[in-house]
Amino acid sequence: MTRTASLTKSEMPMLVIRPSRGWSALNLRDLWTYRELLYFMVWRDIKVRYKQAVLGVAWAVLMPVVNILIFTFVFGTLFHLNQAGVNYPLLSAAGLLPWGLFAGALTRSSLSLVGNTNLITKVYFPRLIIPISSVLSGLVDFGISFLIVLCLMFYYHAPLTWNMLWLIPLTVLVVLTALSVGLWLSALNVQYRDVTHIVPFLITTWMYASPVAYSASLVTGRMRIVYGLNPMAGVIQGFRWAIMGGDPPGELFVVAIIMVAILFVSGLFYFRRMERTFADTI
Amino acid sequence: MTTVVRVDQLSKRYRIGLGPRRYQTLSENITHALGAPLRAIRRVQAPKADGADTIWALRDVSFDVSEGQVLGIIGRNGAGKSTLLKVLSRITEPSEGSVSIRGRVGSLLEVGTGFHPELTGRENIFLNGAILGMKRSEIAAKFDEIIAFSEVAQFIDTPVKRYSSGMYLRLAFAVAAHLEPEILVVDEVLAVGDAEFQKKCLGKMGDVAQQGRTVLFVSHNMSAILRLTQECLVLQKGCLSLRAPASEAVDYYLSAGHTSAGERVWDADEIPPSAAPFRPIALRVKNKSGKVVDSIRSTEPFTIEMEYALEAPLTALRIGVYLNTTRGEAVFTSFDTDDDARFEKHPSREAGHYCSRCAVPADMLNGGRYSLGVNASSYQIRRYFGDEQALDFTVDSSGAPGMQWGEPRPGPIRPRLKWEIIRE
Repeated sequence: MTRTASLTKSEMPMLVIRPSRGWSALNLRDLWTYRELLYFMVWRDIKVRYKQAVLGVAWAVLMPVVNILIFTFVFGTLFHLNQAGVNYPLLSAAGLLPWGLFAGALTRSSLSLVGNTNLITKVYFPRLIIPISSVLSGLVDFGISFLIVLCLMFYYHAPLTWNMLWLIPLTVLVVLTALSVGLWLSALNVQYRDVTHIVPFLITTWMYASPVAYSASLVTGRMRIVYGLNPMAGVIQGFRWAIMGGDPPGELFVVAIIMVAILFVSGLFYFRRMERTFADTI
Repeated sequence: MTTVVRVDQLSKRYRIGLGPRRYQTLSENITHALGAPLRAIRRVQAPKADGADTIWALRDVSFDVSEGQVLGIIGRNGAGKSTLLKVLSRITEPSEGSVSIRGRVGSLLEVGTGFHPELTGRENIFLNGAILGMKRSEIAAKFDEIIAFSEVAQFIDTPVKRYSSGMYLRLAFAVAAHLEPEILVVDEVLAVGDAEFQKKCLGKMGDVAQQGRTVLFVSHNMSAILRLTQECLVLQKGCLSLRAPASEAVDYYLSAGHTSAGERVWDADEIPPSAAPFRPIALRVKNKSGKVVDSIRSTEPFTIEMEYALEAPLTALRIGVYLNTTRGEAVFTSFDTDDDARFEKHPSREAGHYCSRCAVPADMLNGGRYSLGVNASSYQIRRYFGDEQALDFTVDSSGAPGMQWGEPRPGPIRPRLKWEIIRE
């Protein structure tokens, strides 16, 4: 502290603002300086989400339970996916767990910049904080959903295995997938409000293209390569494997990691490039 | 003295249609792209002046600020003041030129930015502090001071949506006032709140200046400018037209521009696109005989007249005039539908050409220089247009009550009151 205070003004770092052209550097150091703001934004989102709702946080329990019941009835019973040897309630719960995190995070992050217009036009801070915080704030609901899945596992006497440790990197991968797509969509939404209308549709379509309601083992042959390009396919299959055992996601998982890496890096750079006109176009 | 801010040939260009608060939809862009070849052909046939669809919000502005200086920035609406502050606080990028800054910049472009209505006062102090760039430890250390300054201690655990607007504002300003950057950028924070609170804010701003921090201060309140700043920049249509000691700059600003001989006419480029469908034409001060004048007599009634056009019908439109002294003290505010009967009679106005006119009685104003502002809005729906300082005029107090004594009378009004002297 004293060291900083004793610095004279001429020793202070000089910030030069000038028009930037082409692709900008990521400037992750700036993001690090503002890490406390990231914390407060996540905290705000969580704090506000269930305020003035009669059921409050009970929603975070109710929604996944209702979803599992609906899936079990519609797909398990009506579509006969509830065959012998398949524990459909647990299968759908293990699929809905990462999917809920992904869908919520993607929706919130895509709309996040436009929803924080007043901040963007009034104060400077690294804009990346907005989509990142809206993705991270979904982790609390995710934790609650995870407890529900644990209860189901006890109920069905599913064994707890060391494989479950894989859930940690898998969760990171879900967050990164949502963030990567969220970076693209939130930046696009600043200029094209069409994104707001596309997102719900995109999420519904994406859900059917992912093994949420069914097992990825139903997709075979050459289809499986195309199918794997959807990173959520590998991730959800990974969740199911860690919770219920069965087929490890294998090659689907490797493809997922590559896909997320590409989406994430391109998303970051695209976001940084668009960032400089956010305040003017939003 | 060290230079802490150096602005060098700074320009900011907005493309019309891509300017603030406009956005494109994908379909618009596709139609635009499809039309491109056609336009290219047309352009060859009839070359258009370059830059016809751009606005320069700032043009070639250069200045330095030394450490510890309190610099005022004045200019009419749309002169580029806010854009300048936005560039300095890194909210928007310049189009040309550069800015070099030494030290942390704290900007108060609007108090209460990021306040969340559902969160309590306590929670909002931390959130808002973080948004303004304070560390959590810093906020915690100043927490008690902030609450004391805001005077909302007993409601600190109530969601701020239950606050009155005054309380909300006090809390917001309290957080902002305890920000301690090396360079503070302030935009019109004092335009809101009651007189008591404004005084407190001005005091706080003065303290900041005393501590040797650099302050850039934008305001329409000339008395605040004169009180807080030693030097001012005057911006006119995006260009820096004068840098001078505060009093000289204020005089220059007040006498400059279109404010001439009792009439203010708005050019098309001075009307922000957000004003549509409202289009201001002119504001005038007329004397008893209906002549547009720069100087009226306090012993005679006069008329304030606002001429405007509506491109589309508007509901609940009201035209307001604000009379202030040129030092920024409010004298009165009046709206054309203040009167109940008139309010009932004009629930909406058709498209067309209008004039809202009001008569100000004789024997009301004291002698001196006054400033008229105008505003067109639909209450709690939208503000179409406003110009806080559209027109200045002089009131000549010869013949006013008490003129037999040569001493100046304080106060902006000088009514002719009915006195009785009774011996009992």
